[in-house]
Amino acid sequence: MQLTINGTAHEITGDPRTSLLDFLRHDCGLTGTKKGCDHGQCGACTVLVNGQRVNSCLTLAIMQDGHEVTTIEGIGTPDAMDPLQAAFVKHDGYQCGYCTPGQICSAKGMLAEAANGWASFVSEDLDGKVELSAEEIRERMSGNLCRCGAYSNIVDAITEAMSTQTAGAE
Amino acid sequence: MTRSLTMDRPDDRNRLDAMAQGVIGQPLDRPDGPAKVTGTAPYAAEYPVDGMAEGVLVTATISKGEVTAIDEQSVLSMPGVLAVISDQRMTARAAQGGAGEAPVQQVRQVQYYGQPIAVVLAETFEQARDAAKHLKVTYREDDDAVTDPHDPAAPTETYDEPIDQGNLAQAMAQAAYAVDVTYTTEGHNSAPMEPHASIAEWDGQTLTLHSSLQMLAYNQKELADSLDLAPEQVRLISPYVGGGFGSKLGISPEGVAASVAAMQLNRPVRVVMLRQQVFQCVMRRSETTQRLRLAADANGRLTGFGHEARVSNLPEEEFAEPVTQASEFLYPGEHRRLAIELARVNLMTAGSVRAPGEAVGMQVLESAMDELANAIGMDPVELRLRNIPDQHPSEGIPYSSRKLVECLKAGAERFGWDGSDRTPGQRREGEWWIGTGMANACRVHNINEAQARVTLSPDGTAIVASDMTDIGTGTYAILGQIAGEMLGLDPADVLVQLGDTTLPPGSGSGGSWGAASTGSAVFEACEAIREHLAEQLGTTEEELTLKDGFAIAGNRRVALPDLLAGAEVERTGHFKPGEITEAFAAAMYGAFFAEVAVNAYTGETRVRRFAGAFSMGRVLNEKTATSQCMGGMVWGIGSALTEELTFDARDGHLVNPDLAEYHIPVNLDVPHLDVVLVDERDPAGSPLQAKGVGELGICGAAGAINNAIYHACGVRVRSFPMTPDKLLAELPDP
Ligand code: FES
Ligand code: FES
Repeated sequence: MQLTINGTAHEITGDPRTSLLDFLRHDCGLTGTKKGCDHGQCGACTVLVNGQRVNSCLTLAIMQDGHEVTTIEGIGTPDAMDPLQAAFVKHDGYQCGYCTPGQICSAKGMLAEAANGWASFVSEDLDGKVELSAEEIRERMSGNLCRCGAYSNIVDAITEAMSTQTAGAE
Repeated sequence: MTRSLTMDRPDDRNRLDAMAQGVIGQPLDRPDGPAKVTGTAPYAAEYPVDGMAEGVLVTATISKGEVTAIDEQSVLSMPGVLAVISDQRMTARAAQGGAGEAPVQQVRQVQYYGQPIAVVLAETFEQARDAAKHLKVTYREDDDAVTDPHDPAAPTETYDEPIDQGNLAQAMAQAAYAVDVTYTTEGHNSAPMEPHASIAEWDGQTLTLHSSLQMLAYNQKELADSLDLAPEQVRLISPYVGGGFGSKLGISPEGVAASVAAMQLNRPVRVVMLRQQVFQCVMRRSETTQRLRLAADANGRLTGFGHEARVSNLPEEEFAEPVTQASEFLYPGEHRRLAIELARVNLMTAGSVRAPGEAVGMQVLESAMDELANAIGMDPVELRLRNIPDQHPSEGIPYSSRKLVECLKAGAERFGWDGSDRTPGQRREGEWWIGTGMANACRVHNINEAQARVTLSPDGTAIVASDMTDIGTGTYAILGQIAGEMLGLDPADVLVQLGDTTLPPGSGSGGSWGAASTGSAVFEACEAIREHLAEQLGTTEEELTLKDGFAIAGNRRVALPDLLAGAEVERTGHFKPGEITEAFAAAMYGAFFAEVAVNAYTGETRVRRFAGAFSMGRVLNEKTATSQCMGGMVWGIGSALTEELTFDARDGHLVNPDLAEYHIPVNLDVPHLDVVLVDERDPAGSPLQAKGVGELGICGAAGAINNAIYHACGVRVRSFPMTPDKLLAELPDP
């Protein structure tokens, strides 16, 4: 059984009870993905599976056969940060940093969802183009808890990264 | 070489403002930022250690009694299981902040539901968790457990010396306006996002523990004492801490369990608390019952002031939530009574949770002050302005710098406060009642002993080293900025090393004292280096300018590497609080302004706007200080609306021990937070003229929300959190 993590193939050989989260952290040494609750309640373990955001504590590694997983380590490095990561640093979108990889992976997935027109709880319109207002970002990022309370800055960071990306695309 | 300073007097020299580098206070990015946003900053459980066994704690399912048998055989045959340990050195509780000695051990004597009683070790986490769930434990249960803190039969004691001045009852009877109200607040959990975690390694002589801790110099002693080792035999490593908020002030049970297991198994052991265990067996903030008596004259000036609280804790714990801490000096009133009654209960340890005392004391006091303002018919800002004492109302000592007036004005202006008509129920938008409210912020200023070493290398870069921690507070950033300012260096050329007990003992992070205390130790070390450089240059420290890597005196300008000529300069600063702590009433102040919407049908409250103006002495980094204030305000929203520990009064078990049931604010619960930092220098605060900022943002915040709810819909909720059920029955006809 095999899955791809950040472009590298990994064999799944261990205990079938191993969550994707523990597989990443313990078996692959990819500790950038954090465990905050192990029960799908905090979002610290958010990774992208086939491009969609997933709580990696809520799925078993063996269920990911053939899937492509992207973790925070696959998004950027200290010397080559993704614009979203750079925006988190600039806006102080973190304090202790423990929820941060999950926030950033979640934001990646969230931006893709919005680009694909997915509506949210606060959307006025269920079809059509999604405008990511601050309110929309807040709602869509509400699965990622931050006990340090960096929410205001997280929204600012995502807003900035979004606008530079859009500007780049134009 | 060590340079010591015992702070007995204010330091009026204001040396930092006399420096030339211009980096102090600047909103610089945190140097630890890139590691945090890329997932490369290692937290306690994340060190790759070969041959590591995994441990999972087992916790008690009774509230009081004794473990009579642990059936090890029930799990030892399970795959991978190595051992079941229930050793007398293990700890049943976490140490209180600053204890410096072992907490209650005796894990087999059960004093609360959720108390650690054993640890199960296995080759993998999955195996250990499974075995821990299957372990058969037999108890003898006592029938005298006190599991309801409000139980009138609970044994109580008076905590500390109550303050009794004049005749409060008479002042209340003769007052032009009087408020006598009782509020309750429920218990809170720190709930840091990183669960408590430790990896222990024992080489037969030295125990090394990677752990998530706030106060390493104290934790080293606590762990050594628990294990009967000398402190020098214990090394703690904690460079990144995923939030603490008080819960990691003391050594916690998983660290001691991992250590005992590593010594017994002779191999490295990792124990990470499950989220439920973080809730059940670390620390809670006590629930409180608070009676406020405010007596005012016709002009709204307080003549009488009473604040009495009842809180709870386990037997043998000295800590009692210091609810009246800011009430001692924030407001006048010559007739005073302040008292705390401590009930002894069999519920998990009560201890420090972000801003112990003021977090819940201020929110209630500020709600009661709003009731007084309404009784008088006065703008609540005006009431605050009229009640600023000239000197400490009980001790007669002066205040150190106090910018409360400036905060009230700056906050009101930023928010666009209009306090002219406080009649509730005037504004309606769709289903929502809209209202505004305000509150003072106040938190005592603490300082703590601290050491830090600064090394100026021959190449003109510097290293700052201390066992101080950065728990998200920005320590890496601010210590680099202090050294950069003092030594004339770009902070990028200052490497800050923290979180290792092989480094000089810092103050630890807690009580908002970290920056002022360890920062002052860095400052002292830098002053000593400056003296040395001045001597080299043939001038005095006062005449020496250090800027951009150059030493300048008169018309001489020498690059640091040339001046150092291949030698490094190393100095240790040692900062100690002295008489200054008794000489002034020193505190941080601020003002909150909130706008809420209360749903006319459901009683749900949403915070729509939230502004705070704060003064904390010198701001060391505008960006991280602002973030600290924001974090506090988010906690204020949680304390106001959602956070409560719910215990089953029948057996004392915590009903909501996880993040699904204990509701901390999520992103959508928090509007854009508007923080104003009011310029201040406090010579009595520290040689940096800085005070603390980690807790101020919560102290009173929930009061502003309470007051805004009242203004919106006319319902005064005297029970925190203000959940919809508490509003529903009293809401006006929609
Ligand atoms: S660890 Fe997966 S949601 Fe919390
Ligand atoms: S940065 Fe600490 S929990 Fe979000």
